[in-house]
Amino acid sequence: MQKKDLGLFVLILIVGGITAILNPVFLSPVNLGNMANLVGLFGIFSIGIGVVIMTGGIDLSVGSMFALIGVIFIDLLANVGLPWPLCVLVAILCGVAFGTIHGILVTRFNVQPFVVTLCGLLIYRGIARYYMNDATIGFGYGGGFDTLEWLASGRSFGVPHTFIAFVIIALVMGVVVHRSVFGRYLFAVGKNEEAARYSGISSGIVIASAYIISGALAGLAAIFLAFYTYSVQPSAHGSFYELYGIAAAVLGGCSLRGGEGSIMGIVLGTVLLQVLQNLVNLLGIPTSLNFAVMGTVILLGVLTDQQLQSRRARRLAVRAHKAKQGGAADPVPS
Amino acid sequence: MTTPFLTLTNIGKTYPGVTALAGVSFEIAPGEVVGLIGENGAGKSTMMKILGGVATPDSGTIEIDGTQHTALTVPQSMAARIAFVHQELNLFDNLDVAANIYIGREPKTGGPLRLIDRQKLRIMVHPLLERLKVDFGPRTPVADLSIAQRQMVEIAKALSLDARLIIMDEPTSSLTVSETERLLGVIEELKSHGVAVIYITHRLNEVEACADRVVCLRDGRLAGVLQRDEIEHDAMIRLMIGRDLKALYTPPARPPSRGAEIRGLVSSPFPDRAVDLDIQRGEILGLAGLVGSGRTELARTIFGIDPPLGGTVTLDGDPVTVSHPREAIAQGIYLVPEDRKQSGLIIEFPIRVNVTLADVEHYAERGLIRRRGETETAERQKKRLNIRAPSVETKVVTLSGGNQQKVVLAKWLSMQPSLMIFDEPTRGIDVGAKAEIYTVLRELADAGVAVLMISSDMEEVIGVSDRIAVMHEGQISGILTDRATFTEENVLELAVNAPAHAAA
Repeated sequence: MQKKDLGLFVLILIVGGITAILNPVFLSPVNLGNMANLVGLFGIFSIGIGVVIMTGGIDLSVGSMFALIGVIFIDLLANVGLPWPLCVLVAILCGVAFGTIHGILVTRFNVQPFVVTLCGLLIYRGIARYYMNDATIGFGYGGGFDTLEWLASGRSFGVPHTFIAFVIIALVMGVVVHRSVFGRYLFAVGKNEEAARYSGISSGIVIASAYIISGALAGLAAIFLAFYTYSVQPSAHGSFYELYGIAAAVLGGCSLRGGEGSIMGIVLGTVLLQVLQNLVNLLGIPTSLNFAVMGTVILLGVLTDQQLQSRRARRLAVRAHKAKQGGAADPVPS
Repeated sequence: MTTPFLTLTNIGKTYPGVTALAGVSFEIAPGEVVGLIGENGAGKSTMMKILGGVATPDSGTIEIDGTQHTALTVPQSMAARIAFVHQELNLFDNLDVAANIYIGREPKTGGPLRLIDRQKLRIMVHPLLERLKVDFGPRTPVADLSIAQRQMVEIAKALSLDARLIIMDEPTSSLTVSETERLLGVIEELKSHGVAVIYITHRLNEVEACADRVVCLRDGRLAGVLQRDEIEHDAMIRLMIGRDLKALYTPPARPPSRGAEIRGLVSSPFPDRAVDLDIQRGEILGLAGLVGSGRTELARTIFGIDPPLGGTVTLDGDPVTVSHPREAIAQGIYLVPEDRKQSGLIIEFPIRVNVTLADVEHYAERGLIRRRGETETAERQKKRLNIRAPSVETKVVTLSGGNQQKVVLAKWLSMQPSLMIFDEPTRGIDVGAKAEIYTVLRELADAGVAVLMISSDMEEVIGVSDRIAVMHEGQISGILTDRATFTEENVLELAVNAPAHAAA
């Protein structure tokens, strides 16, 4: 665990501890279970967005993907009556397809990631609403997908399956990002694409892969989310959710300039966001203040990090200066 | 001669590991043109920075109009009316000429609205452009100007500040002959108005043409001063190098054998020029030429950064097709790029990651990187190349220029090179590290690698190469094969003169 992640972890403990003292319900199994469920839901796609941010890009489109993939998925499952494994596959492939389009536009056509995914956000939302004629779609009473429903919204040993899926994905992505050749390329391309290219790395493929990963995880998250809300209202479903993902990644130490961040950080960022939401609910703070609390905490977090970093840089400079002045560097407590 | 207004006494400046300046003194009088010469790394840029208030000298005094300073700040430098025309021009190419000249000092109108008085701005800029006899107007976008014209904008800016000392850093490095003459004319004009000029250049004939006095730096020290009647080419060369250019040379240990053969290669900036060049295994082929002659473009084309428009490259007789650096690397063609911080390294990453970056797959099993293997390689290269850093986990950004360059070398030396291209391998590197890099070049050649060394440093080209190819405007203007003919004159001759016919 990096230093940054440790700081975030301590912050979660503090915020959680305060909430628990003020309202013991925080630690009740029901509350923890619900929170874990939300962490799982939000965490799955936050990891995808985080990977895109590591390349120096951004993915604004996932919220709208949830609406479009959600309506397609429910329509195929409940109305068309396709077998559920096929529906799941279609949902994930939709995400992959969208991610591929984003990746191609960013790398082949050199359109800025913000613009590409902003257009995605508008287009997917628009198509979802048109597809449903703005009507809400539900799973109906047909049934025949109990297994899927259990997989997507059930619990094992009290642990929500969303959370289990999230943990598995986080572990896999942790290895991919921090241990694999692809991960090394991801950071290299994110930090200095030109130097990466001069080292023979196909930067276009690496960047496009990040968008595809984000799309695939969004497709998967769309299924969990559809079962969580149990119906999809195309104009509102999942809207703003991309911002949760970006917030989690930024809180978790991903720099929007690219080349920095960790999966552990994104996981902790997601957890902190949900703990904050929970705090707002449990402490009787008006829920309308929800976003304001979130924004404030992210701002404070990023500010603190920035301050700590510049102080560290300054300390190093002072030490180097002292070393230059002759004599050994003073031992600086850190 | 009028009395000096600016006197530097015993200026010294050290950077970690490098003495940039030591005990340098000279003075400047109004209307005087001082040629500041010296090899790369002699301390010319540091001198400039000190005068501009960007760098603080460790010792010595700067006296301006009788006032002593131990260091200048940027505002002090501006108040002393010292202006710069930089090598890399500092213009906003999204703005027009007038806006650039008065950036930050725009005449305002409209009271609290603080609008820019465009009318007045143009009226103010017009006489400046008139004076420099330029062929563009105040409203021309800078993006539309040539480098020579942009330089005139910089000079106009200096004049608008009522500068009495203009420091020009390699102003002609990218100019054509006629543009250079124009600039020399402008300097003459400035001089007649009492403006002093410090003219930093490698081009000795220009110094001969315009300087009243020549100050030569060598390894951060004042190597000598030549007065007007002493300024001549050989005297300057003697001061600059102070040693035999050929003393560096180590002869190859093996006879050259067939290596890379380039036939009719066309790079995109010079679509109507083709390059033929043989780089033999076992030799160091120096590639000289002026800035902009197409050397870097040739390297980028061979390495697959820019796709060639035509022509072939063969290695040991086998055709080489390269459309991406990945393919070049797979065939043992490596490039040490000109801009190591931007293209050669990811400076925020540790040495280990940089060393293995081009070959990570080699350290991976089933897609997962084995860190121990990486560390071993990085440690080995660190030792071999004598990279001075606490550990291989040290971030490259904290290393000196020479050690950074060694990390770039380490990346390629940990693999199997066949053809290695070095683009300005020792630019901005101190003397000690330079010698180490030359040793590596020779070792590579002796191990049977074909080495192509692009360099603008005459000492380097003449002192290190087994053969010298010279480029001019996108093609090879000549090749010197006999070390007896390796002289600065011969190389420059080829670099500035278009060949009568395409070189074979």
